[in-house]
Amino acid sequence: MASRKGPRRVTGTGTAQLLTIRGLTKAYPGVVANSDVSFSVAEGEVHALLGENGAGKSTLVKAIYGLVRPDAGEMRLRGELYAPAEPRAARAAGVAMVFQHFSLFEALNVAENIALGMETPPRQRELAAKIREVSEAYGLPLDPSRLVGDLSAGERQRVEIIRCLLQDPKLLIMDEPTSVLTPQEVEILFATLRQLSAEGTAILYISHKLEEIRSLCDRATILRRGKVVASCIPREVSARDLAEMMVGSALTPPARAARTVPEGPPALEVRGLSVASPMPFGTSLKDVGFTVARGEVLGIAGVAGNGQDELLLALSGELTSAPGMVRAAGADLGDKGPNDRRRAGFVAAPEERLGHAAAPGMSLVENALLSGAVRMGLVRRGFIDWAATRAFADAVVAEYDVRTPGTHVAARALSGGNLQKFVIGRELSQNPSVIVINQPTWGVDAAAAASIRQVILDRAAAGAAVVVISQDLDELMEIADRFAALNEGRLSPPRPVRGLTMKEVGLMMGGAHGMQPPEPDAAGVLRAEASDAEA
Amino acid sequence: MIGSIDPLLLIASLMVASTPILLAAIGELVVEKAGVLNLGVEGMMIVGAIAGFAAAVESGSPLVGFVGAALAGAALSLIFAVLTQVLLSNQVATGLALTLFGIGFSALIGQGYAGRRPPPTPKLDFGPLSDIPVLGPVLLRHDPVVYVSILIVAAVWVFLKYTRAGLVLRAVGESHDAAHALGYKVVRLRVLAIAFGGACAGLGGAYLSLVRVPQWTEGMTAGAGWIALAIVVFASWRPWRVLAGAYLFGGVTVLQLNLQAAGVAIPVQYLSMAPYVITIIVLVIISADRRRAAQNAPASLGRVFHASS
Repeated sequence: MASRKGPRRVTGTGTAQLLTIRGLTKAYPGVVANSDVSFSVAEGEVHALLGENGAGKSTLVKAIYGLVRPDAGEMRLRGELYAPAEPRAARAAGVAMVFQHFSLFEALNVAENIALGMETPPRQRELAAKIREVSEAYGLPLDPSRLVGDLSAGERQRVEIIRCLLQDPKLLIMDEPTSVLTPQEVEILFATLRQLSAEGTAILYISHKLEEIRSLCDRATILRRGKVVASCIPREVSARDLAEMMVGSALTPPARAARTVPEGPPALEVRGLSVASPMPFGTSLKDVGFTVARGEVLGIAGVAGNGQDELLLALSGELTSAPGMVRAAGADLGDKGPNDRRRAGFVAAPEERLGHAAAPGMSLVENALLSGAVRMGLVRRGFIDWAATRAFADAVVAEYDVRTPGTHVAARALSGGNLQKFVIGRELSQNPSVIVINQPTWGVDAAAAASIRQVILDRAAAGAAVVVISQDLDELMEIADRFAALNEGRLSPPRPVRGLTMKEVGLMMGGAHGMQPPEPDAAGVLRAEASDAEA
Repeated sequence: MIGSIDPLLLIASLMVASTPILLAAIGELVVEKAGVLNLGVEGMMIVGAIAGFAAAVESGSPLVGFVGAALAGAALSLIFAVLTQVLLSNQVATGLALTLFGIGFSALIGQGYAGRRPPPTPKLDFGPLSDIPVLGPVLLRHDPVVYVSILIVAAVWVFLKYTRAGLVLRAVGESHDAAHALGYKVVRLRVLAIAFGGACAGLGGAYLSLVRVPQWTEGMTAGAGWIALAIVVFASWRPWRVLAGAYLFGGVTVLQLNLQAAGVAIPVQYLSMAPYVITIIVLVIISADRRRAAQNAPASLGRVFHASS
C-alpha cells in the first residue's frame, strides 16, 4: 500500500523489474497452453501481451492472477518468489485484474459487485461514497446503487476498473478491455491507463488489436501457440510487422468484385421494427428501420448489449413482430416464424455457436438438417432423407474447408473457428436471398476470419442481401457497403462506408456514454483514500 | 354452522400447521440462492420425520428428537451434495432420486415405530403474558419450534441482505464462473448451503411427526416438500414472502379442515385441494411481474459448475 507515494515515470528496459517470469509452462490434456514462457514487466510500464485467440495469453495471465497453477517455471514479484495459490493471494500481493468476461454479477448492484472483489471491504455506505469519489476523479462516473444488469458494457467495465483501483494495485492486468467500447470510450480508457502508469502502476495489456497497442504500450511480448516468439517496442514497428509476428505469415485482405446495385424493390426492408427483448436485462428494439438491396452488405456496429441479439432474433423470425415490420422482396414476413422466413429465402447465423447456431451434442449431419431442412428439401412427408442430409453436410465441410474427422462428429468437438466455418457454410450453401450474421468472426483465428469474410463477400456478389452485425469495426469497414450502429436498441440511419471517419463511427455508436477525461489531480484523491483506509 | 369456528384458534393452529413447510422452504431458499436446485426436499423431510421421531421416543426428549432430525436431514443432503457438487451429476435427477430414496428409507426405519406416541413437546411459558386477550392465545401459546422457525426466517433475511457471507452466497448463485474468477470457493459454499437446507427440511419433518400429528405413519409428509419447493419459486426467493406463502397454505389447510368438521355443503374433494390451488394462485399473482421475478432468480440455478471450464 505504501508503494504509491509520488508520481514517477519509469519506462522501458533497464529500470527495476516488477514482475519477472521464467520458463513458465502449463499443459492441459491434449494441448500445451504455455510452453517455456519468459518475459518481464517493469515498474510503471504498459506492457502488451499480443497474440491470436488460443495463443495462450489467457492462461498466462490466469497463472499470474492465481487462477491457474503452472506446471513448471517461476514468477518473481519485485525479486521475491511469487506463486499465488488463489486470486486472494494475488490481490494481497498487489496484482489486480480486469476480466474480459465472467466477473460481474448482474443481479447485484455496483457497490456489492465491488465489495465482492475486495479483501476487507468497508461498510456499504462508506464504500458507496468512495466509489463515487474515485470514479469521478478518474472520469468514469458510476452510481453505486444501480444494478449491474442495467448497465451498458462500457459502464460494466468501469465497475471492474474501479474495483481494481480501490485496491491500489502495483500491477493491473487488462484482458482485451476495448472489445466492448466505442472509440471515444477507448480514448478515455487510454487516458486513465496512461495516468495510472504515470503514477507508477504497471499495466499488463492483453489484446490482438495492433493500433491500440502501438498507441498505448511501452513494450510488447508476442505469443504464438503458447510460446514467446518475439518482443519489441511497438512504436518502432509497423502494425503489419506486428500482425506477421502474431500470425506467423502474411495475410491477404478479402477481395471484392465491382458490382452495381440493381433496380426493383429492396431484398430486405425493415420498417418501424419495435419488439420487447425476451431476455432479462436485454435491450428492446425501438423503431429500427433500414433497407438492403440485392448484392449489398449492410454492416451494423454497436457495443455489446445494445440490441444486437434481439435484432438477429427479430430478423431470423425467432422473435416475431407486427405485420409489415419486416419485408423481403415486397412480401410481408413480420409475423412469420423462422421456417416461413427460410422458405422466403432468409438464413441467419447467430453469435452463440454452441447452443444457438448448433446443437452441441448432435453430429454435423444432424446440425445440417436442423437449419437446412426447409430450403434443401431434406424432409419428405415427415421423414428425414438421411442420404441427402449427409451429402449436404459433406458438401459444406468440403466447400468451406471445415477441418473435422468427418460429419459424424458432435458439433462441440470442433474448434471455434471450424465450427463457425461450418455454421456459416451451412447457411450460405442454402442459396439464400437474405443473409443475417451476428459476429461472423468472433473468437476465430485470423486466417479463418479472412476466409469467412471472403465467402460472405462472394455470396453478396452472387446477389444476396447481407446484414452483418459485428463489434469488430475493422471488419465492418472491410466488408460493408453501408454502415449503421445500434445504440440502446435504436439504429442510426445507415451511411456509406466510403468516407466515414472513426470519429463519426464512434458518435453513431453513442459517443462516450457520459464519460469525461480524468482530472489531473485524480491521483491525489486515490492516495488520500488509500491512507484513509489504512488509518 | 360456520360461526362455530373460533378465529383465534384458527390463527393459532395455522401457525402450527405452517411450520413444517416454512422450515423446509426457508432451507431450500438458501440452497437455491446458492445456485443449487435440490428437489429432494420431500425425501429429506420424511427422513427427518422418522429420525426425529425415533430419537425422541428412544431418548424421551423432544429436543434430542429435533436435533437428530436436523442431523439426519443434513446427512441425507450431503449425499446429494457429494453427487452433484463433486461428481457433477445432474441436480434434477439426483434430487428426485433423493426423494424416492428418503421415502423408502424412512418406511424401513419406521417399521417398529408405527402406533407409538412421542414424548410431548412442551409449550414455551410466557407466564402472564399468554393471558393477554387476542395476542396471548394467538401468538404466545406455542412450542419453541414455531418461534425458532420465524427466527430462522429473520436470520436468513439478515444474512442474505446485510452480511458479507450472504453477499458471497448470492454471488455464487448468480454466476459461479465470476465468483470462481474472484477466488471464492464455489463448491464448498454450495455444500454448506445444501447441508443447511437439509437440516431445515429435517426439522420440518420432525415437527410433523413430533408436534403436528403427532405419531409416525409411512409417507406422512404427503407432498409438503413439494409445496415448500413451489413456495420458494413463487415467493421470488424472498424470505418474508416465503413466510407469507407458508402461512397462507397452512391457513387455508386449517380453514378447510374446520369447514369439513363444521359440515359445510361443499364436496370434501374441493375443500382438500383448496390449500394447493389458493396458495399457487395467490403466489402466481404476486410474482406476476416476470422481469422482476427473473431478476431475483439465481441465474446459475441448477447449472453444473466445474472449475476448469
